[in-house]
Amino acid sequence: MPDATFLDSTELVLNMGPQHPSTHGVLRVILKLDGEKVLGTDCVIGYLHRGVEKIAENRTYVQFNPYVDRMDYVAAVSNGLGYCLAIEKLLNVEAPPRAQVVRVILAELNRIASHLVWLGTHALDIGALTPVFYCFREREAVLNIFEKYCGARLTTHAFRIGGLQYELYDGFEREVKAFCDMFPAKVDEYEELLTRNRIWVGRLVNVGVLNAQDCKRYGVTGPVLRAAGVEWDLRKAQPYSGYEKYDFRIPAGRNGDTYDRYTVRMEEVRQSLCIIRQAVETIPEGPIMAKVPKVIKPPVGEAYVSIEAPKGELGYYVVSDGSTQPYRVRVRPPSFVNLQALDRMVRGGLVADVVAVIGTLDIVLGEVDR
Amino acid sequence: MAATPWEGELEQELKAHFGESIIQPATYLGQNFAVVKPEAVPSIIAWLHDAAKFDYLVDITAVDWPKRPERFDLVYILYSFSRNERLRLKTAIADGYRPQSIVATHVTANWLEREVFDMFGIEFAGHPDLRRILMPEDWQGHPLRKDYSILEQDKHWVQDHLGIESGQ
Repeated sequence: MPDATFLDSTELVLNMGPQHPSTHGVLRVILKLDGEKVLGTDCVIGYLHRGVEKIAENRTYVQFNPYVDRMDYVAAVSNGLGYCLAIEKLLNVEAPPRAQVVRVILAELNRIASHLVWLGTHALDIGALTPVFYCFREREAVLNIFEKYCGARLTTHAFRIGGLQYELYDGFEREVKAFCDMFPAKVDEYEELLTRNRIWVGRLVNVGVLNAQDCKRYGVTGPVLRAAGVEWDLRKAQPYSGYEKYDFRIPAGRNGDTYDRYTVRMEEVRQSLCIIRQAVETIPEGPIMAKVPKVIKPPVGEAYVSIEAPKGELGYYVVSDGSTQPYRVRVRPPSFVNLQALDRMVRGGLVADVVAVIGTLDIVLGEVDR
Repeated sequence: MAATPWEGELEQELKAHFGESIIQPATYLGQNFAVVKPEAVPSIIAWLHDAAKFDYLVDITAVDWPKRPERFDLVYILYSFSRNERLRLKTAIADGYRPQSIVATHVTANWLEREVFDMFGIEFAGHPDLRRILMPEDWQGHPLRKDYSILEQDKHWVQDHLGIESGQ
């Protein structure tokens, strides 16, 4: 006779992570399962908490600038852009036109690099081994441009409050154009591997659905929101850094499932290329730094500035007390807010889909935990 | 440059509905915000959500001003997709005051309020699951308070869990 109590117990609590390859860092998810079905989840985060917001209060405005790169480290340029824009808002200065265009080019290159990391690792999670090598090959080309421009590949510290530190290197335009010419064929290559792949489609369609209404309730932004059919992108809704000058489209999905998020991000990569092409043709001459005092002391006040980072709305709420150090810096991280929707997306699904959904949310734990 | 009074349709409506609870509607650097009474926050946010289409809660955070009697500023950042407009609500609360949770209106407030609790020790009344979120559950102290030095740590926690005298 088998043990009756054992047969009766249908609930199993499974611990996933924090050391698990598909959690993209140190995320721990406690899963409540009934067989293969997910009954509920609980995320345990904070393993990478470094107290970035506390550090900000103990550094000057300029000193804190490189720290923001360490949050979303696959999109460091975007982090830096958001921070510089926030402080510039408090100072009431604007970066000169040349700096703005260079910022757009680097930020869009970074969006491509970030989406490539997402695609490679997401496919790897689902069992497609090849795309990751392709993606990292092309990402290398982007990182080489970053390295030549500012000396760093990952935590770039590319921008300064008021503009740029470095003038463009000789051949920057040529290399960016060469990348733009080379890259579309590579995107086609990824799509050839995946878009109609039976296993890929089978694992992604109707998995982890999050509709538009739920996205808004959970505050989810970025490609996840757009995949649910909401054409909302801060670059269009509240343009910054001169994005209103470029002609591009906001791709949107329909069902809000994992497959739609894949197609939306692939199209976003193409749109980023389109922006870069326009920007690199129109880099104006002129200074790269606005008139910013040597010692940065914004007047007493506060501002919230947000940008469309590759993962969603990245916001900085900065309070100045008139001294050289920020009184408070609050980072509104897209990954943290988006991750909260994980439970909603996997509840009722299969345990194997949890891996797909974590991948499709495109979280970076450095940013979730700060 | 200081904050200037904010006048507009939305500000008029807010005042008409909530009267005395709206202490100071202001605008600074082109960003509108309203200082409101803490007990009115849930109803204002619910009204903004239902009637004024501020359907996206961007962020909740706090700022510590230890010298003030109402020690904390609680800040709610809201956005409306249809109006393409942002609005900040600020409310001053004393240490120990338990503001009402707004999870009923915005699900996303769940983690955001947990983070404010974790970092500042502000307890939200009616929150379904008020636990620490970034710091370890048994950690003592709230790191983003101004009287919490950047070098300070929970010595017992470090000794018990890491087996070392100091994490510094």
